[in-house]
Amino acid sequence: MRILVVGGGTAGTIVANNLARRLSAETRRGKARITMLSASDRHMYQPGLLYVAFGQMTPDQLYRDQASLLESNIDFHVDPVTEFMLDQNKVRTQSGKVHEYDTLVIATGSRMVPEEIPGMNEGAEFFYTEASAVKLYKKLREFQGGKVAVAVGVPHKCPIAPVEVMFSLHDYFKARGIRDKVHLKYHYPINRIHTIENVAKWAKPEFDRIGVEYETLFNIKEVDGKNKLLKSEEGTEYQYDLLIVIPQHRGMEVVEQNKLGPGGWIPTDRYSLKMNGHDNVYVVGDTTNLPVSKTGSAAHFQAEVIAENIASIVKVGEPVRDYDGKVYCFIEAGHDRATYAMFNYQNPPDLKPPSKPMHWFKLSYNQMYWTSVRGLL
Amino acid sequence: MSDTKVIDARNTFCPGPLMELITHMRLAQVGDVVELLSTDSGSATDIPEWAKKVGHEMMGIEQQGDTWHLKVRKAK
Ligand SMILES: Cc1cc2nc3c(=O)[nH]c(=O)nc-3n(C[C@H](O)[C@H](O)[C@H](O)COP(=O)(O)OP(=O)(O)OC[C@H]3O[C@@H](n4cnc5c(N)ncnc54)[C@H](O)[C@@H]3O)c2cc1C
Repeated sequence: MRILVVGGGTAGTIVANNLARRLSAETRRGKARITMLSASDRHMYQPGLLYVAFGQMTPDQLYRDQASLLESNIDFHVDPVTEFMLDQNKVRTQSGKVHEYDTLVIATGSRMVPEEIPGMNEGAEFFYTEASAVKLYKKLREFQGGKVAVAVGVPHKCPIAPVEVMFSLHDYFKARGIRDKVHLKYHYPINRIHTIENVAKWAKPEFDRIGVEYETLFNIKEVDGKNKLLKSEEGTEYQYDLLIVIPQHRGMEVVEQNKLGPGGWIPTDRYSLKMNGHDNVYVVGDTTNLPVSKTGSAAHFQAEVIAENIASIVKVGEPVRDYDGKVYCFIEAGHDRATYAMFNYQNPPDLKPPSKPMHWFKLSYNQMYWTSVRGLL
Repeated sequence: MSDTKVIDARNTFCPGPLMELITHMRLAQVGDVVELLSTDSGSATDIPEWAKKVGHEMMGIEQQGDTWHLKVRKAK
């Protein structure tokens, strides 16, 4: 079986490594072949960007060479796909090569699109890319006091980031001794302060305790950078001194250009993780259209299901299990405490009070991630 | 031409039904109808509240078994 993995981020890397290990005998005998096509020779640990924005990590600490993370029986090429020919089981790449496959795994991720909201690129700061996180860190260091607004676009990856950034801002300004000169205001798109009810219930008294003002049902319509005004679809506005936005996202352009799914989100079966209407195409991670949080954690659990199923199909002709919607997210509640949310399609998360050991666990996970994408954890 | 798109947000805690609706309303054309399926009973009040605040039109709210069917027309 020729297995082609498109995308070398969290999801693609775990699928490929997990398969490479399960199918080591088959790849030696030429019964299976695993190829990965990606857009970059480097792999970024994206959750580290939040730490970069607060000066707790430097950008170089976020990267590893992609080739160094892959099992030796994976044929890896930095040559992004430009065309998906699903009816012919082929893809074409930027270099013009055509790769044929029996089974395709699409793991191309998602990207922020601040340019879709008038004024956002010019008037707001972000931390979802390396350059924007470094820029935000510099802005935060310069900041001597005033109104800091945080606003959230829809959809976005890492749904916990909006609350985490509030706790981090509070601790950051406290450590600099200017917390009393800074007003923090949080804006959230739906009618409570977090989409997960139990996270909202937990975060509300915490926000009250640390003095974070909040406005719900606030969907960003426009950023007027000249007058420092943030405007909502719902008709309200807020005057800020520093605006930090978690911008709305889309899937990758190649997905939209090939009409695989509107917005770059590929229609995917929530249990089998197959692309709707395509029995030999799996979709994993951020680029699915599933109503599941766009997180590395979901990508990880989905990747394991896909790898186990493809390996089992190679070995015995049948898949072994469905994805149950599992997600496990750490929640940093400032610079020295954390908690977590674990849930699936059926069971909501039950939040525990934040603790120091959970924060240390998250800090260790920042290193353990590299073991995890190698498929060893 | 307007179009009805069905969004299946049943049995999901994150991003949740209203976030899913907002995602798909952003991608829809003015005049399109989006039908949201939700098993969260809160949707029956949350979705009309949001639609009213933003200025979209509620076209129907119906419960079938434990699924809510909420139809919203993109008005702007
Ligand atoms: C600031 C921030 C904080 C976060 N915090 C957390 C957290 O605490 N916990 C958590 O679980 N998640 C977190 N996430 C989310 C997590 O990083 C993503 O959900 C995860 O990386 C998704 O994995 P993926 O494989 O789908 O996409 P990605 O990891 O983004 O990988 C996509 C891959 O596809 C490749 N690619 C793109 N286009 C093409 C193409 N045309 N052809 C071939 N390859 C292509 C790219 O080069 C890349 O290798 C955070 C993200 C950010 C930005």
